[in-house]
Amino acid sequence: MSTTQIHFANIKHGGDRSFRAGAIAAAVIVVLLVLFVGIFLAVIATPSLRRDTVNFFTSTQWNVGTGTLQFGIAGLLWTTALTAVVAMLLAVPVAVGTALLVTQYVPGRVGSTIGFVIDLLAAVPSIIFGLWGLKLLGPFLGPFYAWLQHVLGWIPLFSTGVESTGNVLTASIVLAIMVLPIVSAISRDVFAQTPRDHIEAALALGSTKWEMIRIAVIPYGRSGVIAASMLGLGRALGETIAVMIILSQTNTPGINVSLFAGGETFASKIANNAQEFDSPAKTGAYIAAGLVLFVLTFAVNAISRVVADRKVR
Amino acid sequence: MSVTTTTLAAPHGGRRAKDALARALVYLSAILAIVPLVWILVSIVAQGLPAILSASWWTQDLAGTTDRRAGGGALHAIIGTLEIGLVTAVVAVPIAVMGAIFLIEYARGTKWARIVSFMVDILSGVPSIVAALFIYTLMITLLGLGRSAIAASLALVLLMLPTVLRSTEEMLKLVPDSLREASYALGLPKWKTVVQVVIPTAFSGIATGVILGLARVMGETAPLLILVAYARNLYLSPSTSNMGTLPTMINSGRNVAETLPGYERVWGAALTLILLVMGLNLLARGIARASRLKDR
Repeated sequence: MSTTQIHFANIKHGGDRSFRAGAIAAAVIVVLLVLFVGIFLAVIATPSLRRDTVNFFTSTQWNVGTGTLQFGIAGLLWTTALTAVVAMLLAVPVAVGTALLVTQYVPGRVGSTIGFVIDLLAAVPSIIFGLWGLKLLGPFLGPFYAWLQHVLGWIPLFSTGVESTGNVLTASIVLAIMVLPIVSAISRDVFAQTPRDHIEAALALGSTKWEMIRIAVIPYGRSGVIAASMLGLGRALGETIAVMIILSQTNTPGINVSLFAGGETFASKIANNAQEFDSPAKTGAYIAAGLVLFVLTFAVNAISRVVADRKVR
Repeated sequence: MSVTTTTLAAPHGGRRAKDALARALVYLSAILAIVPLVWILVSIVAQGLPAILSASWWTQDLAGTTDRRAGGGALHAIIGTLEIGLVTAVVAVPIAVMGAIFLIEYARGTKWARIVSFMVDILSGVPSIVAALFIYTLMITLLGLGRSAIAASLALVLLMLPTVLRSTEEMLKLVPDSLREASYALGLPKWKTVVQVVIPTAFSGIATGVILGLARVMGETAPLLILVAYARNLYLSPSTSNMGTLPTMINSGRNVAETLPGYERVWGAALTLILLVMGLNLLARGIARASRLKDR
């Protein structure tokens, strides 16, 4: 009898132990992957960074083909940040608006249908957004850009003449549409959780619907919306193919501050030159750019996570 | 007195105007969100339909065809996309499911769960181009291997893993503890409880997550651009250095002049990709909805 029991216990332990080991192994893989991404990129980029003859952070040059390496990220950083920030400025108000419509203005069933349709935007592959931006949206907005440049040309942001519709503004608009479903879905979730009594208290005080939203719904959902926006920002910073297809590359050195200029982001620079990774030194320069992008998105996502966590507590 | 009553019943002009303005803006925002979706779908269907309606689209590759000649098809790209997606799923899903099991069944509420969970968040924010560079440094720079379809799949694993892990975790959370306790009371060890009770209960939810993850990676382009060369011919082996896929087929043809037959094929590839990815999305939602109805 006792042997059977010991036997039984052994089987149980054996299976349990290996299953548990499997689960732990999977968790370790996840943690190591994140660490390795950072470490590998840093290790492979270091030799090229050492041989870089200009300042990596402040230079706008990118000459990696010939003997001496001259590469800096200032131009890439500007275009990356500008496209992503403009995209967020366009996307967040619309996302919050749709979330308010779905949760506060229309009946539940209509709301979930609208939400479903907006979520479908997230299912569109980025190459399709790129193709649409390049072939349809850009040319369509061309006359509007010309008008904008005519009226607002005295502001540096709108200063350059519109040479191509493959400019920063087109890329930003497309990025805005791409991050919209992310920000909208999370905003919807937090707005929907607004406590009933906050809403009723506001209405009982004689608030209009908008005043109720301002004093009950928005304060409750604010940190959720901020976390969602950071998540969207991270996505916009790292988006590759849509930006690569839309943005026309410029050969003028230095930073062009205009929204009507072309340029390259970290991601589009790397992707544009994917076929030229032939020497370790050259590849290292692009990997250094990738490392900066990784650090940037890591920081943005970590902030998003911290903001979201604070909300829970 | 009567003034007060009027104020209460109907807010003053300014407040009412603001309320109306807010309402208008909120409706406008929904229109702004939906117009691009409709525009994209309509234009892609309109321009891509002629290409995909020809029989050769589904049965032939582009071998021996140039952008100046009509004919040929997208078989090489369709097979490539499905194959790379499948290899990705085979690697990513077991790790994702086991990782979720770790978080919910073994480490729930511990600091280990918090660390792993944080890393999953970070991983889900890693841009696809960075994932591609990581695999490039690992497989090509360090191990000295060439570009291959497998390398592309491995980069996509990094993107699929967090998606599937998160959705599986959410599903495991929903499995009531009473089921686990009943299983323990019947003498089942923990691992059998997980495999035979918890996973089957959460199965439709996990499947939904896997399909959504698959849809995401099948639409990705950046890793394919860096890690595998586009081919116009059909290649089947995952270790091949050239493989066509739908996203890279679109990318390689994006500058073809509008007057050439190759232009139509670019939109055909876009429509095929949309049908595939949207189809998977709708399938996932269908499964999610059906299982929710069953639970009721």
